[in-house]
Amino acid sequence: MTYSQIAIAAAIIAIIIDLTVSSQPLLKRRAFWASYAIILPFQLLTNWWLTSRNIVMYSPDAIFGLRIASAPAEDLLFGFALILGVMGIWEYLGRRGISRE
Amino acid sequence: MLLFVIFGSFWLEIVLKIGVLRRIKRTVLSILPISTMFLIWDAYAIRQGHWFFDREKILGIYGPFDIPLEEFLFFIIVPLAAIMTIEAVTTVNKHWKQRYDV
Repeated sequence: MTYSQIAIAAAIIAIIIDLTVSSQPLLKRRAFWASYAIILPFQLLTNWWLTSRNIVMYSPDAIFGLRIASAPAEDLLFGFALILGVMGIWEYLGRRGISRE
Repeated sequence: MLLFVIFGSFWLEIVLKIGVLRRIKRTVLSILPISTMFLIWDAYAIRQGHWFFDREKILGIYGPFDIPLEEFLFFIIVPLAAIMTIEAVTTVNKHWKQRYDV
């Protein structure tokens, strides 16, 4: 599988789990989208830093080729899946009463 | 870059008293499973050559599966920053907190 394929799969899996497993899906909450609006510019900035200086490089065969702020567009799917997954468990554990306060 | 993320998010812990680090069990349980999956992906991508690092621009310390130390730190610090962000957002706007009675 290429980076593109795995990134799309990861984002789709994260979205499906959030919408089906969670009783209060993050994707339907303002708190998530407000958080994402804060995180996204920082992701673009750090992506730009890591890729424009060639700290991280990508095989042309593994990506679509569309670049946003110097980094492969796939990175946005990767980041979205990562934070949706982590925040999803965080909120789930909170509902279950695990260190809620 | 990792220091930038730390400084960019950890001040919320102090200024807004979001108490994420205090709830360490919930934090670890949230980050560990997801980061493990992403590190498996990372190991696969490094092995397949999907992405690679300039060896001059990283610390040069490698963990299992030839994954650079920075990658392990990335998958702790970035999820932590994400949790701190949503906690800060729901601390500032309490109407956006989830309901616990369902």
